[in-house]
Amino acid sequence: MKNPLDSLWGTVISGFILTVVLYYIVKAVAGV
Amino acid sequence: MEMLPGIYRWIHILAGIMWIGLLYYFNFVQVAALKAAQADSTAAGITKHVAPRALFYFRWAAVVTWLAGAALLGANFAAAFTFQPGYEKIGVGAWLGTIMLLNVWGIIWPNQKKILGLVQASDEQKNKARRVAFLASRTNTMLSIPMLFFMVAQTHIAI
Repeated sequence: MKNPLDSLWGTVISGFILTVVLYYIVKAVAGV
Repeated sequence: MEMLPGIYRWIHILAGIMWIGLLYYFNFVQVAALKAAQADSTAAGITKHVAPRALFYFRWAAVVTWLAGAALLGANFAAAFTFQPGYEKIGVGAWLGTIMLLNVWGIIWPNQKKILGLVQASDEQKNKARRVAFLASRTNTMLSIPMLFFMVAQTHIAI
């Protein structure tokens, strides 16, 4: 599998995906 | 004295623009430019004259951004870093920013010194340093996206 960080847009998309993942983690932890 | 938090925020944003702006310059502009410049043997212009200056402001802006952010957190510093109730969002932003700072000083800069010839390194070591610095820089670009989201979210996005 290709490393997404080798591609600029792979990096940006990974950043957005990580944002969504962290959003749901924080939402679950904050218990809102 | 009541002006201080506002001043810290101002410095945090000023230095943060320089840090992340230069990070985006490296990733969105310089990587591709260097590749093209190597093809027509003009890469020295970038590696000799542009990259060292950009890296100087990049790594010191990272320090100023973090220090101003820590000053802005003030008494809430520990609450943010331990994700106390109400500080979860800024805590994630602060941790991501801290990981990025450590990445700059612990991985990117030591490897860039080898690439730019500021410290002795064999061709093999330089090639390895190039790959490590590249991936660390790309990691910071990726982390900057959620980092900025959670910085903004603390006061502007309800979760």
